[in-house]
Amino acid sequence: MSGTVRLSRRRFLQVLAGTAGALIVGIRSARADAPVPPDMLGDPLYDFGMFIRVDADGTILIGSRDPETGTGVATALARIMADEMDADWQRVRVLPLGLGVANDNGRPRWLYGEQAGGTGNSMPRAWHDLRSAGALARWLLIQAAVPQLGVPPEKLRTGQGAVIAPDGRRIGYGQLAAAASKIALPHGDITLKTPDRYSLIGKPAGDAQARAIVTGQTEYALDKHFGDTLVAVLAHCPWTDGELAGLDSTAALAIKGVVKVIELKPDPHLPPGETVIAPAVAVIADSTWIALQGRRALKLQWKPGASGSESSAALEQQATALLNSDAAPTTRIRDDGDIDKAKRKAARRLEATYYQPWLAHATSEPMNCLVRLDKTSATLYVPTQSPQQAWTVVQRLTGLAPDQIDIRVPRVGGGYGRRLDHDYVAEAVLLAKEVDKPLRLFWTRDEDLTHDYYRSGCVHKFDAIIEAKRHVLAWNQRVASASALVGRGVPVDHLWSSEVSANQFPAGFVPNYRSDWFGLSSSMPRGPHRGMPHLTNAFAVCSFVDEIAHALKEDPLVTHLRLIGEPRLIPQQGGGAVDTARLINVLKLVTDRIGWKDWLHSVNGFGLACWYMDGAYVAHAIEVSMQGEKLTIERAVCAVDVGRVINPLGLEGQVAGATLDALSTALNLAITVKDGKVQQTSWKDYPLASMAQLPHTVEVITVPGEGEPTGASFLAMPTAAPALANAVFRVSAVRVRRLPLMKELLRLL
Amino acid sequence: MAQDHAALPTKPTAITPTPVRGGIDFQLNGEHYHHTGDPAMPLLWYLRDVLQLDGTKYSGEHGEGGADLVLVNGKATSAIDTPMSKLDGKKITTVEGLVDAKGNLHPLQQAFIDEDAIGCGYCTPGWLIASMDLLNRSKDPSDNDIDTLPNLCRCGCQTRVRQAIKRAAAAMKQGAKA
Repeated sequence: MSGTVRLSRRRFLQVLAGTAGALIVGIRSARADAPVPPDMLGDPLYDFGMFIRVDADGTILIGSRDPETGTGVATALARIMADEMDADWQRVRVLPLGLGVANDNGRPRWLYGEQAGGTGNSMPRAWHDLRSAGALARWLLIQAAVPQLGVPPEKLRTGQGAVIAPDGRRIGYGQLAAAASKIALPHGDITLKTPDRYSLIGKPAGDAQARAIVTGQTEYALDKHFGDTLVAVLAHCPWTDGELAGLDSTAALAIKGVVKVIELKPDPHLPPGETVIAPAVAVIADSTWIALQGRRALKLQWKPGASGSESSAALEQQATALLNSDAAPTTRIRDDGDIDKAKRKAARRLEATYYQPWLAHATSEPMNCLVRLDKTSATLYVPTQSPQQAWTVVQRLTGLAPDQIDIRVPRVGGGYGRRLDHDYVAEAVLLAKEVDKPLRLFWTRDEDLTHDYYRSGCVHKFDAIIEAKRHVLAWNQRVASASALVGRGVPVDHLWSSEVSANQFPAGFVPNYRSDWFGLSSSMPRGPHRGMPHLTNAFAVCSFVDEIAHALKEDPLVTHLRLIGEPRLIPQQGGGAVDTARLINVLKLVTDRIGWKDWLHSVNGFGLACWYMDGAYVAHAIEVSMQGEKLTIERAVCAVDVGRVINPLGLEGQVAGATLDALSTALNLAITVKDGKVQQTSWKDYPLASMAQLPHTVEVITVPGEGEPTGASFLAMPTAAPALANAVFRVSAVRVRRLPLMKELLRLL
Repeated sequence: MAQDHAALPTKPTAITPTPVRGGIDFQLNGEHYHHTGDPAMPLLWYLRDVLQLDGTKYSGEHGEGGADLVLVNGKATSAIDTPMSKLDGKKITTVEGLVDAKGNLHPLQQAFIDEDAIGCGYCTPGWLIASMDLLNRSKDPSDNDIDTLPNLCRCGCQTRVRQAIKRAAAAMKQGAKA
């Protein structure tokens, strides 16, 4: 039998008997009265959202809905379910799910609700649903054990994948699965475990796929195969608005194994990320190696469009001139108190300008997509952070019915926001339509670095008024950047929201606060980027707070604590509040750990920064030394407060990883544009930090919390760079106001 | 009428030995392989396209980043920068070949799991190969030795890789004593 338990108006749990005596509990996210499709009556793994399947042999399969980009989401979400049902973690396997889509009169109906990875909100969305599913499974298994153990359900307990009687007799879940699937469902609410009974949540666990990864068995989209697949490699036009001026493909086509040479063009009517990123010529061949040789044999001439005169240096000059002028901002984001009146007070005034470069996403696994296309179906392996967006792109280009499109999402080799755009999926589908075999689209590293939806470079200009008692009376912030949201259906008066947060530190902490944004126009493609808008703003803001401390000739910790003020709740625009006690706490934790009291007397430099976002709090303290021009990061301490921690080891990994990524970016990375062309074409020009440049460990402190869990994948990014720059200032007396740091430091030394 | 003797078979001359077969012979993860295709084909595409042995990843056009490292005669080598022609008689180990004959994990692989030295996992095979090379050269690698690893990682697994290498070195010493 099957039945449902309502979780909310839109989501419910469904119980089914699977094949071979399995019990299946799934979370569905749709109308609860929707008919059960016939194919769900068999063994309907792929028709559920997150689901649990208890097999007769005791194996527990947990289907994971959100793409795994390395944030540990598959592990964490599975452990929430497994804990609630008291599963034996050793017998749990996590299965990544494809996109759940049904045909609702020609429109898509998303079976699993939102499926997205690396956007930092998997955890909050899933928390309640997963626990309910686990609790229901546990309840059913207990009921199934009653007749066999002859003990009433309230006397039975569960643990390690078994139902246990008071006298110690136990029956494994596997033996109970078939019977459990036939139990009538409970009326009313399902009781969830109390936190004191958690056995997995809050305990460390490695990546659930770790064994497969270290043995090379994990398959990314690039590792998937259909039989007899063609490979397409591309040469994109250096200018997104350029055009093909000459193409001679004779030599390429003469190579044995080269099948076709095809020209691709962006559709100007579609938003960025839904069409080809730039004009391109694709070489399709029997194998990657031949396709690459074919591309080398092409004789290509590209003609620049209007963007052919663009340069990142000129754009920065333009931004600086704008910030120094009286021009009205594109948007006045916030204006608390009366900044002009505060400026007239006879008090100390400080000013500084910070410059941050353009950045690429630079995922380890380059853009690629595997497609099998025929008249009635499309099957795709897509490294994506948003299977639904990928579906939209495929549907538009193929005209297939919603459920004729099968989007499969294997583990993804890094996302960072790049894979929320699906230009590469559009390319793959357009090319697959031109051939009668499955096709793999493969971008080489140079294409990947030079054809991205970049993070805009930006300039921050601050001035602060500090009154006699050292309080910051006024904070005036002016930011110029090219919005990531242009062309993406966002109203003009909200384009700032990808660049600045209205509630960012120290908004609400100082009586007079103004935040202005100046939109720059650029033809460089731009899009969502990990940690934005916090990344750029935290660097500028936290550097400036340190500059205030230096101007006041005081310990930056003292300056910070004065600026933060008493423990209290500061309401945020748009809802929520900042809990300053939690901010102070993370600050104290990192300073205590690193031995902050030595900061003035050490030959090494100490730096500090703190930030908050989306209900979570973070601080970094960093210690550096310098010998000549060699900068060594001796220690990096990070404290995070994210509410309830699901997997401490996973969280520690995310915090350490984000810290290192942020340091690597701050130390070395910049995308520069000259004559409209991106100049970085390989890891040599875009050098992620080497082992030697990074600290030996990141000391991670997690604050135990009771609140709802928040995502943590990029929480530790914003404060790493400013803490580093502040530490560098203490050791070298050089204030780095321009990133990347190493280049600027060597220039100023 | 004179007979035409030209069509008669001539007496055989000395036999010149010709190679029985061309191609490149090598060992991959303990098995013998024979490649008769394009000798200029990079090992990476042979592994991934021909054998569909996909543990070794594409990183950059000349192996920058290190995700395409394999062991050639025990030494970490870029698979994309190594044409098949250079592999005759060589022993190649990819990440799939790090387990022993019974499928048991190498202490280094176990250490990567224990230290959670994994981000998205795409670059992990390359780190494992580079670390194996290091452990082949040094039983007790120092921090400076570890600093020489050529690999890049955007997820920030470097500190955990460092710990994993040290853990593996310690475990291998223990194993050698036992």
